[in-house]
Amino acid sequence: MDATFYVAAVVAVLATVMVITRLNAVHALLYLIVSLLSVAVVFYTLGAPFIAALEVIIYAGAIMVLFVFVVMMLNLGPQATGTERIWLKPGMWIGPCILSAILVAEVVYLLVQAGTVHPGAASVGPKEVGMALFGPYMIGVELASMLMLGALVGAYHLARKRERMETRDVIDCDATRTAAGGNLIRPGTGRPSSAA
Amino acid sequence: MSIEVMLNAAGLAFVVAGSRWAQPDGQVMFIFILATAAAEVSVGLALLLQLHHQYKSLDADAASVMRG
Amino acid sequence: MLRLLWLIPAVPFASFIVLALVGPRISRKFAAFIGVASIAVSTVISILITWSFLVSTPQGGSYTQLLWTWIDVAGFRPQIAFYLDALSLIMTLVVTFVSFLIHLYSAESMIESEGYSRFFAYMNLFVASMVTLLLADNLLLLYLGWEGVGLCSYLLIGFWYTDPVNGLAARKAFIVTRVGDTAMIIGLFLLFQHLGTLHIQELMRRAAEQWSVGSALPTVAAALLLGGAVGKSAQLPLQTWLPDAMAGPTPTSALIHAATMVTAGVYLIARTHVLFSLAPSVQFAVAVIGAATLVLGGFSALTQWDIKRVLAYSTISQIGYMFLAMGVGAWSAGIFHFMTHAFFKSLLFLAAGVVIQATHEEHSIFKMGGLRKELPLAFGAFLIAGCSLAGLPLITAGFYSKGLIVWQTWASPQGSTVLWFAGVFGVLLTSLYIFRVIFLVFFGEAKASVTKRPGYKIQIPLIVLTVLSVVGGFVNLPPKLGNVPLFTRLLDTALPPVEQSHFGPLTEMRSEGFLALAFLIGLGLSYLLYLRNRQWSNALIRTHVGKALHEFWFADWGFDWCYDKLFVQPILWFARIDKGDVVDAFYSGIADLSELLYRGLSLTENGRVRWYAAGIAGGTVAFVAIALFL
Repeated sequence: MDATFYVAAVVAVLATVMVITRLNAVHALLYLIVSLLSVAVVFYTLGAPFIAALEVIIYAGAIMVLFVFVVMMLNLGPQATGTERIWLKPGMWIGPCILSAILVAEVVYLLVQAGTVHPGAASVGPKEVGMALFGPYMIGVELASMLMLGALVGAYHLARKRERMETRDVIDCDATRTAAGGNLIRPGTGRPSSAA
Repeated sequence: MSIEVMLNAAGLAFVVAGSRWAQPDGQVMFIFILATAAAEVSVGLALLLQLHHQYKSLDADAASVMRG
Repeated sequence: MLRLLWLIPAVPFASFIVLALVGPRISRKFAAFIGVASIAVSTVISILITWSFLVSTPQGGSYTQLLWTWIDVAGFRPQIAFYLDALSLIMTLVVTFVSFLIHLYSAESMIESEGYSRFFAYMNLFVASMVTLLLADNLLLLYLGWEGVGLCSYLLIGFWYTDPVNGLAARKAFIVTRVGDTAMIIGLFLLFQHLGTLHIQELMRRAAEQWSVGSALPTVAAALLLGGAVGKSAQLPLQTWLPDAMAGPTPTSALIHAATMVTAGVYLIARTHVLFSLAPSVQFAVAVIGAATLVLGGFSALTQWDIKRVLAYSTISQIGYMFLAMGVGAWSAGIFHFMTHAFFKSLLFLAAGVVIQATHEEHSIFKMGGLRKELPLAFGAFLIAGCSLAGLPLITAGFYSKGLIVWQTWASPQGSTVLWFAGVFGVLLTSLYIFRVIFLVFFGEAKASVTKRPGYKIQIPLIVLTVLSVVGGFVNLPPKLGNVPLFTRLLDTALPPVEQSHFGPLTEMRSEGFLALAFLIGLGLSYLLYLRNRQWSNALIRTHVGKALHEFWFADWGFDWCYDKLFVQPILWFARIDKGDVVDAFYSGIADLSELLYRGLSLTENGRVRWYAAGIAGGTVAFVAIALFL
């Protein structure tokens, strides 16, 4: 079991790295699907078969498919890849790398502190999950359903075709303010010259 | 996409925790996370479509009318 | 009767309040009536009080009227109380009487000026402050009156405030006297700290008990008080403000800068004479200052072309005589001269005012001439007052008062021959410059036309003062000339008398003789230079020496230039450098910093989703780090 876990974990990490470094959106999506599938394998090795199934069906099967549909619909074409190449320079990675390094350090620190614990081999089947869901977590279920309803309505409304806004009509507040020279501290025409 | 990765990672952490103590709670959390991810993806992609329709590009910086 | 004492300052003060409040809304006649009537009431009361005092002198030679306690803090209890003895009696009488005449005069002479009621309000406030000063029984109340007259002087010099020159002159007067006032207040602090009281009589008593003659403390205190007196009385080195103060209306010059305010310094010295007796070096300094000033003023008066400036320098010079008297211990002689000086100097100013107004605001004596036919009253008044000023022997008041002073400068224990000589020389100068003015203005060919003749309100004061300039001296005649020591006898109840201690070739009569001689020499020189043949005076001025001296004396012996270089320019330079106000930079720096931060932070609000997401991520990482590691 351990070997499966480690292999699947390495695959997941590698696939995720590929996701964030691809220039083509569709390539990134496909790699994401691979990542999700390997995470499902990890779930199975951890003794959560129900969740593994759910991961594959819903996450990789429904959500990722939605992603792929939308990206295909956008019909970005080769020039998108070109712009992506321009934007995704090595220099851009510095900031995220620093933040991630801090987080990784924190996680490692915590793990080292907590000591190693072998996960229990017992697997928690669908039956327990179901009983937990409809027992103590009933409210969560109801809220989740309401969330779904909201998302449904929202997505429908937001995705409707509308006229394009004319961005030029919007008043450029910043420009007018600095042109007049007035602001909170120095109203009117800048620093008042000392009266001779 | 990165958000999906993050949500997934968080969910993984929950499941691992639940499996440690052989409780179903971790899996229950993962189900909620899954539901949230689904909702967020649909709304987000709808917004993405709208952004593309307005600005004819997916540059997030293009939609900066609310600056200042 | 003596209980009416408090009304003397109170009535003018009340009329000031009334005129300040409703002045613009009442008719000019009514405003003048209020202004003059209040002083008239004060004068009547002071005459009654003088009568009562002389007839039945109160016990101890003085009368105190307590009104209320002003401050009561930790043993410091100055009161609003009026102290009447021979000294303050005489001075109050003279001040109120002359003020009344001048108010009457100004009712007519100021009639065309704007701010008529304002003028009377200020003048009344002045009289109230001056009388408070004279009657004060403690130094703090005296200082109140002192400041009050300084304020009124400022207000009245700059009365026609629309012309900036007047404002400048007023500011100069105020600032220069302020220097003296600061010295005086420090002196008051010193006196209170060491003697524990500011009540004048008590102060004198304690000072005499606790301090020995010539020790440091009374010397310092007396020197500081002298500083105040010098400032207010326009003596060396603070005399620069008085000639410029002539920018004010003529009645103001007559009242404040001739007869009353400038004598406040003399009064202060006389009142605190014990302190000066305890500090002989300072008293000697008083005499030296007096002598130097009277000579300096005389020389400067000789060169002026503005008739009022001649009289201003003349005032400086005559008060030098009073200081000289104080310096040699001839206290009553100094006060005697104050009285006669009040009469003839204010008369000179009033007559000059008539001349100025008659010739359409012409001030230059070189542009006037032959006015004795057109303005006979002004001529007569000016002539008699001028003779009194110079000391025409035997028939003028000035002769007796000046003679007494000059004699005392030789005879008194602190006197000396040098001082006596300065006094005599001063008489020569005085007669020289005043007759110069008389000859140039009233004799010779007419250069200016006369458009205005004075009315009765002007004529009455002129006549009264002319009479007084003649007979005012008869209250004190020297032993050989009638022996009437009334005045000095009266003042001896308040001020110590002078014992003759120098006996030598000079007797009183010989001294008077020298004075008469000096007078005649001055008169003769003036006649030759200015009446007989004007070419001679012009030629004198055109020589190198004459020209240099003329300019030097005209510019007040360079004092203005000196002060300008020493004080005014550095202060202006510093003000120019600090224009942006260095301290203000701190506060505006705070504002600038806030603005910098604002601009910086507003950059983060750029509407880009990526920035916001990055911000969230960074913030989350930071929070997690803090939560874990801190």
